[in-house]
Amino acid sequence: MNLSHFEAAFLFALFVSVVMGIVTKNTDRDRLHYGVYTFVCFIVALFGLGWLMYLGHG
Amino acid sequence: MAVKEKEVKQPLPPLGTWAPAVALSWLVPGGGHFLLKRTGRGALLLAVITATFLCGLMMRGAMFQPQRGDLLTTLINTGGFVGDVASGILYLLSVWLGYNQVDTAGPVHDYGTKFLVTAGLLNILAMVDAFEIAAGRKE
Repeated sequence: MNLSHFEAAFLFALFVSVVMGIVTKNTDRDRLHYGVYTFVCFIVALFGLGWLMYLGHG
Repeated sequence: MAVKEKEVKQPLPPLGTWAPAVALSWLVPGGGHFLLKRTGRGALLLAVITATFLCGLMMRGAMFQPQRGDLLTTLINTGGFVGDVASGILYLLSVWLGYNQVDTAGPVHDYGTKFLVTAGLLNILAMVDAFEIAAGRKE
């Protein structure tokens, strides 16, 4: 399997978010919210760090 | 003014109430949840942790072996080994079936190695969750 950085990081974010949602909260609604929140945080960090490295590289 | 509540330390419940669920959780990801009749969550955990591990294998990630050396080498390799072993049957099957990928340079292999360790770490979270459910601290 030959994934790009983005694809691999996207999959990683998705898998970790699902488990974090399941194990940290008590109701299904909270689990869904926390899972989506974690996933969005991962993706924002992914793009943020990507741009930071791009701009820092000059 | 907010008053910080002190956390009350709960006594450890009897071993028999949580040990089977935690042990099964280690062996089969989500297994403890199945045992405790949390079928939906167990199925999701099984699917996600297995998918993480399989992605790691398909990216030809390397398995860690405990090594002694300087502090960082010991920490990374022993910690990585514990992470790999925490995947339970997934790790055991892949080793028994002869999976032996040498650590190669390259971003995809590197991601693969991280996916393999992450599968184990996610399974540790699932084990803790199974413990809390079995101990009656969580629904």
